[in-house]
Amino acid sequence: MSFFKKMKEKFTGQSDAVTEKFKEGLSKTRNSFVGAMNDLVKNYRTVDEDFFEELEEILISADVGVHTVMELIDDLKDEARKRNIQDAKDIQPVISEKLAELLQKSDQESHLLIKENELTVILFVGVNGVGKTTSIGKLAHKFKQENKKVLLAAGDTFRAGAIEQLEVWGERVGVDVIKQQAGSDPAAVMFDAIQSAKSRKVDILLCDTAGRLQNKVNLMNELEKVKRVLTKEIPDAPHEVLLVLDATTGQNAMSQAKVFQKATDVTGIVLTKLDGTAKGGIVLAIRHELDIPVKLIGLGEGLDDLYEFEADQFVHGLFSDVLEQVEEAADSGPK
Amino acid sequence: MAFEGLAERLQGSIKKMRGKGKVAEQDVKEMMREVRLALLEADVNFKVVKKFVSDVKERAVGQDILDSLTPGQQVIKIVNEELTKLMGGEQSKIATAQKPPTVVMMVGLQGAGKTTTTGKLALHLRKKHNRSPLMVAADIYRPAAIKQLETLGKQLDMPVFSLGDQVSPVEIAKQAIAKAKEEHHDYVIIDTAGRLHVDENLMGELDEIKEVVSPDEILLVVDAMTGQDAVNVAQNFNERLGITGVVLTKLDGDTRGGAAISVKAVTNTPIKFAGMGEKSDALEPFHPERMASRILGMGDVLSLIEKAESSVDEERARELERKMRTNELTFDDFLEQLAQVRSMGPLDELLNMMPGAGKMKGLKNIQVDEKQIVHIEAIVKSMTKAEREEPSLLNGSRKRRIAKGSGTSVPEVNRLVKQFDEMKKMMKQMSGMQKGKKKGGMKLPFM
Repeated sequence: MSFFKKMKEKFTGQSDAVTEKFKEGLSKTRNSFVGAMNDLVKNYRTVDEDFFEELEEILISADVGVHTVMELIDDLKDEARKRNIQDAKDIQPVISEKLAELLQKSDQESHLLIKENELTVILFVGVNGVGKTTSIGKLAHKFKQENKKVLLAAGDTFRAGAIEQLEVWGERVGVDVIKQQAGSDPAAVMFDAIQSAKSRKVDILLCDTAGRLQNKVNLMNELEKVKRVLTKEIPDAPHEVLLVLDATTGQNAMSQAKVFQKATDVTGIVLTKLDGTAKGGIVLAIRHELDIPVKLIGLGEGLDDLYEFEADQFVHGLFSDVLEQVEEAADSGPK
Repeated sequence: MAFEGLAERLQGSIKKMRGKGKVAEQDVKEMMREVRLALLEADVNFKVVKKFVSDVKERAVGQDILDSLTPGQQVIKIVNEELTKLMGGEQSKIATAQKPPTVVMMVGLQGAGKTTTTGKLALHLRKKHNRSPLMVAADIYRPAAIKQLETLGKQLDMPVFSLGDQVSPVEIAKQAIAKAKEEHHDYVIIDTAGRLHVDENLMGELDEIKEVVSPDEILLVVDAMTGQDAVNVAQNFNERLGITGVVLTKLDGDTRGGAAISVKAVTNTPIKFAGMGEKSDALEPFHPERMASRILGMGDVLSLIEKAESSVDEERARELERKMRTNELTFDDFLEQLAQVRSMGPLDELLNMMPGAGKMKGLKNIQVDEKQIVHIEAIVKSMTKAEREEPSLLNGSRKRRIAKGSGTSVPEVNRLVKQFDEMKKMMKQMSGMQKGKKKGGMKLPFM
């Protein structure tokens, strides 16, 4: 059975609305990517060195990263040889297949780990300006919709206006925010927050932290301390450490993932700002080299624009046009 | 791994080219493959890279190699020159309107650092240019963005104009200009909301603001970590608004910052400032040539090449080489050489650049303690003239005297003497290897 058929089957039963939103949110990303792919197939009828060179460029233009791209291309070359593919049209599905494989290495842990009837603590980390606070606001909204009791911890005591920003989100969504004064010790805020979360019998505690560049050793140490405070109060907390990545970020995202993982044992990635033209291809490289799964993606500015990440759906979103074309071709072709 | 410096990657090809009199096409091709990868890994847009590589190839092939450089260095020199050219050559200053106030609009994607940069720029103008700026809070969308600017204003003791988040940004901007005129502010910096370059409505809003305030400067704030998409972002903002300059933020991170080249290439406007930290005074004028080295991942090595061309006196170099060959090297020569090398840049980067040093055991990733160099200097300077010329004179009591005189210890003196001996041996070997291979001789043992 072809990859696309499999994909389609996976989708039957899934709500069309969600898939549609995905398609829409990713439209900018998809258009440029698929456009490039289509041009590639059109311009190169046969699969040769030039074809692969161009493909390499398309993937690099999606920020997938040189290292991963090289491996992928080598893989594809092998595959093309094995399956004796010469026509550029025929290799297209193989490309999508390989990309999806990269993203969905192991499906089971790509969802947030939420404890039943117990406090779940989620810590948000990342460099400056990636959208940590906004993601927290959106996620709080999502949990609120699911009738969970949510509490926010204003752990960014450094940046001007950060506490207020989280408070506005708290009001918008209707959840409480635990805070101290600007400039206070973030670890102390976390301690307060986890105490309140326990005594108020909260389901989910979302912890904001200040953005920090991963090469600032002191700030990374501070983050480790913040995490330690949480672990001290609840041994298996934080249950999730989410690294927020800006989809427009290039190769530096790999360094971010590495260093933050070392400091805080990152359990997943929130990929934000995917509604622009950026493709966030670096998550493929991160998945490939560090095995950190993407768990959530941000597709817009609205309260509802944070989605659980589904590799299938993501690739489907990226390739939906190609999919349709291939299906049409298959339908009209001889049985 | 991904972040290998270009210097390291190029070593293989440089080695092959050693001793050649002209840069051959095949060599350049090989080197440019590595340059291409290095630029792509640094997030330079692939289209920009393509053009760049072909330009350099054209220039490099067939060039005669300068006496003072190895063929590999020659190519790197060309790469660097072209890169610096691409980056805009020289520094560029912020505009000043003929009739104050000068109006500056800050635009860019969400999270690029517009608000922080607004504060930094205001402080820069006041401190460095003795101006009196007014900051304008026109980001009515992001929660607490106005509050953020107000807090910054309070911290810096800088006036902030705001009308809350219920008034349109166009109106805010308009009133801010009137206010600035009234209160005699000579700069108005408008902090606009972050927006996607493909968001029709919000881009239209920027058009309107531009229409109303006729800015003298529209600065696109770009995160230095931006990847391939930097081209799309810059192009869209530029086509829509006609930006006049770029501020590159978060350059204090460990990103190579290839976005700088991409942005420059598609907008052809200068990068005016670089954000170098979270503190409000961490805004620096942008240095294109430094950025070129950073993107290539070669530290100050390129300036080393240039300095080696100019700073090493031919005569003395030849004399030094003769001494090395004949094993007559003295501590004085050693001191002189040390001073020369130190004038060229950070030593650890220098070491990493030495062709072959990367492969030499123990030299790779060596951390050179600059303080230790000072100690070495002190030790040598505490020796008598005779001792410097004839190290074998050094006995226990002389060593004790030297240790005392230099504020070090006898073991440290011993270590230096031993190192010096080893260096002499190594140099003899190296100069033996190189003899006859290259005219002009070697200027420094590692070049």
